[in-house]
Amino acid sequence: MDFSTDMLNALVLISNYVLIPSLSYGSQLALGAVGVTLVFGILRFANFAHGEIMSFGSMVTVLITWWLQSLGVTMGFFPTAMLALPLSIIITIILVLIIDNSVFSFYRKNKSRAVTYIVTSVGVMFILNGLVRIIIGTDEIIFRDGQKFLIKAGHFKKMTGLSEGLALKQTQVLTIVIAIISVVLLFWFLQRTRTGKAMRAFSDNEDLALLSGISPERVVMVTWIITAILATLAGVLYGLDKSFKPLVYFNLILPIFAAAIVGGIGEPLGAIIGGYVVAFSEIMATYAFKKFIIYLVPSEFAPESLVQFLTTEYKFAVSFLILVLVLLVRPTGILRGKLL
Amino acid sequence: MLAVVGFGQSWNVALAILNLCLISSVMSMGLNIQWGYAGLFNAGVMASTAIGGLTAVLISHMPVSKAWSVGGTSLFALIVFLILTLSVVFFIFKIFKRGRKRSFSIALVILIGYVFMRFYYDQATFAIEQVEPAKTGFLGGLGLPIIFSWAAGGFAAAGLAWIIGRISLGLRSDYFAIATLGISEIMISILKNEDWLSRGVKNVTGLSRPVPYEVDLLQSEWFINMVTWLYGVTDGEIVKTDVLREEMQLSAGVIVKLCYSGLFLIVVLTILIFAVRALNSPWGRMMRAIRDNETAASAMGKDVTSRHRQVFIIGSAVIGIAGAMLTTLDGQFTPGSYIPLRFTFLIWIMVILGGSGNNLGAIIGAFITWFVWIEAEPASLWLVENIDFFFTTNSPLILHLKEVAPHMRMILMGLMLLLVLRFMPKGILPEKSSS
Amino acid sequence: MSYLIGENLTGGYGGADVISDCSIFVEKGEIAVVVGPNGAGKSTAMKALLGMLKLRSGFVKLDGNDITSMSPQERVAQGMAFVPQNKNIFVTMTVEENLEMGAFLRRDDINETMEQVFELFPVLKLKRKQLAGELSGGQRQQVAVGRALMTKPLVLMLDEPTAGVSPIVMDELFERILEVKQTGIAILMVEQNARQALNIADRGFVMVTGENRFTDTGEALLSNKEVRKSFLGG
Repeated sequence: MDFSTDMLNALVLISNYVLIPSLSYGSQLALGAVGVTLVFGILRFANFAHGEIMSFGSMVTVLITWWLQSLGVTMGFFPTAMLALPLSIIITIILVLIIDNSVFSFYRKNKSRAVTYIVTSVGVMFILNGLVRIIIGTDEIIFRDGQKFLIKAGHFKKMTGLSEGLALKQTQVLTIVIAIISVVLLFWFLQRTRTGKAMRAFSDNEDLALLSGISPERVVMVTWIITAILATLAGVLYGLDKSFKPLVYFNLILPIFAAAIVGGIGEPLGAIIGGYVVAFSEIMATYAFKKFIIYLVPSEFAPESLVQFLTTEYKFAVSFLILVLVLLVRPTGILRGKLL
Repeated sequence: MLAVVGFGQSWNVALAILNLCLISSVMSMGLNIQWGYAGLFNAGVMASTAIGGLTAVLISHMPVSKAWSVGGTSLFALIVFLILTLSVVFFIFKIFKRGRKRSFSIALVILIGYVFMRFYYDQATFAIEQVEPAKTGFLGGLGLPIIFSWAAGGFAAAGLAWIIGRISLGLRSDYFAIATLGISEIMISILKNEDWLSRGVKNVTGLSRPVPYEVDLLQSEWFINMVTWLYGVTDGEIVKTDVLREEMQLSAGVIVKLCYSGLFLIVVLTILIFAVRALNSPWGRMMRAIRDNETAASAMGKDVTSRHRQVFIIGSAVIGIAGAMLTTLDGQFTPGSYIPLRFTFLIWIMVILGGSGNNLGAIIGAFITWFVWIEAEPASLWLVENIDFFFTTNSPLILHLKEVAPHMRMILMGLMLLLVLRFMPKGILPEKSSS
Repeated sequence: MSYLIGENLTGGYGGADVISDCSIFVEKGEIAVVVGPNGAGKSTAMKALLGMLKLRSGFVKLDGNDITSMSPQERVAQGMAFVPQNKNIFVTMTVEENLEMGAFLRRDDINETMEQVFELFPVLKLKRKQLAGELSGGQRQQVAVGRALMTKPLVLMLDEPTAGVSPIVMDELFERILEVKQTGIAILMVEQNARQALNIADRGFVMVTGENRFTDTGEALLSNKEVRKSFLGG
């Protein structure tokens, strides 16, 4: 085999196992991290309940999907969950607004310290966690239907004649496309609309925003609505790609926080960059590069070991290693967000 | 409350709850030192608990000499390379001036060092984990009485806290909370995966006990005599042997648990005395002054970060002791069971419920919270069974509710926390005002 | 009766009173300046007029209406604009967006007002797409004043607008403020640079330890021997 085929094989290999999974996982993290960063920018606290909001939104989607499926309604090629999304987003928005009204607004009026908010969000986390478990249980649920693969690995091999296959799941493409659309819409909203600008102004300088007549309650409400939309999207896309399991969603809060901080907390663009940074490093640090290198170097230099930086069990730890590094080297994050 | 459970369910259950209440008290006192005295939002309580548990294994388990002999050489080489790398890095750090050159060479040295260490590490772990993987497959411990591990667990947790503190102290509260939460998760994933250290998710079971075993009790004469004396005669009639045997087994459980309770109570009281004294000392007053106004305190020349480090280390040490106690009580070390909800945030609820800054409050909070945490399950099951008259017994809804009733405690805990924060922000026993 | 009046204002931040029995007023088309030594309660008096301070006694009237019980936001809607001393711009937003935010409450066309601001501060027009946080100190102050003017205020209140800028920039800023006065707005300023400020002022208030010591026209205060000796350095 000649060298160019090897190059192609290596490229396909890395796309299949690193590039595409990182892009879709990164998109999911980015959507979650934007929510965390917005709440931080406007309400000025780290929302520990964010993972549970994602979990709740996904649970509602699962329930509606089941209901639709029982009625015989599906979307054919696409997952039925896509049809369930609008309604579940609305329900999640309502839930989040109820929580804000009954819990957080009290502390806003009293101008409580940030720590009080965090502890409060821990309380909300417990309640939502319990609620999800009670409604749907703790089992792993796969709610994906429709066409699973856009390109199958075997098919790809036959088509190209390469020895490496490339599998492209529909959920991966869906994730990336939806993430791009939502991010574009979000930035359009923040940069171009009156309310969006008011949100940025509020995040930048709360006192001056008040002096300009910007209503804090409205800004806060819009923030929660956007957060609920993004959290539901992130949760559902993650669930479609992998599966829905309440405990896993709780753990997602860690890479999401890492992404928000690494990008520069309070900066939506930073959160997106952070999401991809975390996803790529998690997957790359735990991927065994042995086969990849074998394609690229002459056979006498082929490595014996797996050339794997860390074993896959340390995936979650990687995001926090990055976080710790950022804390030490550049505490404001990549985009110079607020200094915590 | 406990007495009600004692009569209602059984004394064994009541004592089991009591023992965990006592351990929880130690944990909440430790967290109270950090949060109540100094206002540190430590979301990594779990890390201290886990390292305390690990210490219990390393102190009490018999050393696995075969693992040492097969993996010892590589392990030694690993340590040599670690020291070598670190000293070269230190050397470069001292000699070269700050700049790109220095950062580059340090990165290079670390990379080279990593390659070598990784080689020996793989060799060592592979060899060690091959040694009777079903039973050991790890280095084992020192084979000392497990009770020593309570102190050692404290020291180990203090050491870990020193490292965590170096990384994350001096950050704003949100950041500190996230950082500690993250580091504690890393800690747990290490424990889950480094099989050579403590068998990872395969768990270490059958740790030795500081108190008698039930089996031994059942064979000791004084015990048999005592139970016969207690239960042997009911209403003037001699009780049948099989009933007596059953009583004996129950009593054995009770006695073992009572021994634990006694040991734990000693620890709780000792720590309580020290904690109260520390709080009322000039040191405690200074801590609270820093907590209430950091800017003013640092303007008065107090080194806020190093005070925070001090209090963080002390609090973590106390939690570490509790972690070792917990593993001692369980007789096994199961890294998979460490989840932040149970080992970090539940402790937070205890402290806030009891009253931040009040040591006695922390204990009361621990008792109430643990009691509710445990009893929520039977209570909600009972509730589900008693709404039968609304539905038929086997309706899918009831069956589902029965299945998920245990999770009711999550909601209860959350509600408890939110209600306390809102209507009783100072907790059940508020902190005595310092002025 | 004057346009904006704070009469017998007494209050503080929870503890002891910072200002006591302090009276400040300003007429339309007039510049009033509050001067005095550090810690005299100048800024506090201004906060009291804005409703950012809990008053124990006294009242605030705008155009004859009692607004003592209104929140700062409501007062802004009534036509009071305030430029704080610090953090008075949105640093992560462009100059243009800063001005837009100033006009947040307005529903009419704001372009005309924006053109007026750009006429007043031509450099802002050049830098309209630049982030406000990247501007120089003097330009930032211009953005801050511009943002306040975007509300089409009837009263413009400035808290030490020349703090930390060079003397040249200060003179220019004062000139612009005189221009703003020509449009008929009432301007109330707190100033450290007492002499220069009183030079452009129609009315001056000298505050000491939370009370009015002298109240007169700017000219009269400048020529008052006692004021010169104690507060203007001879």
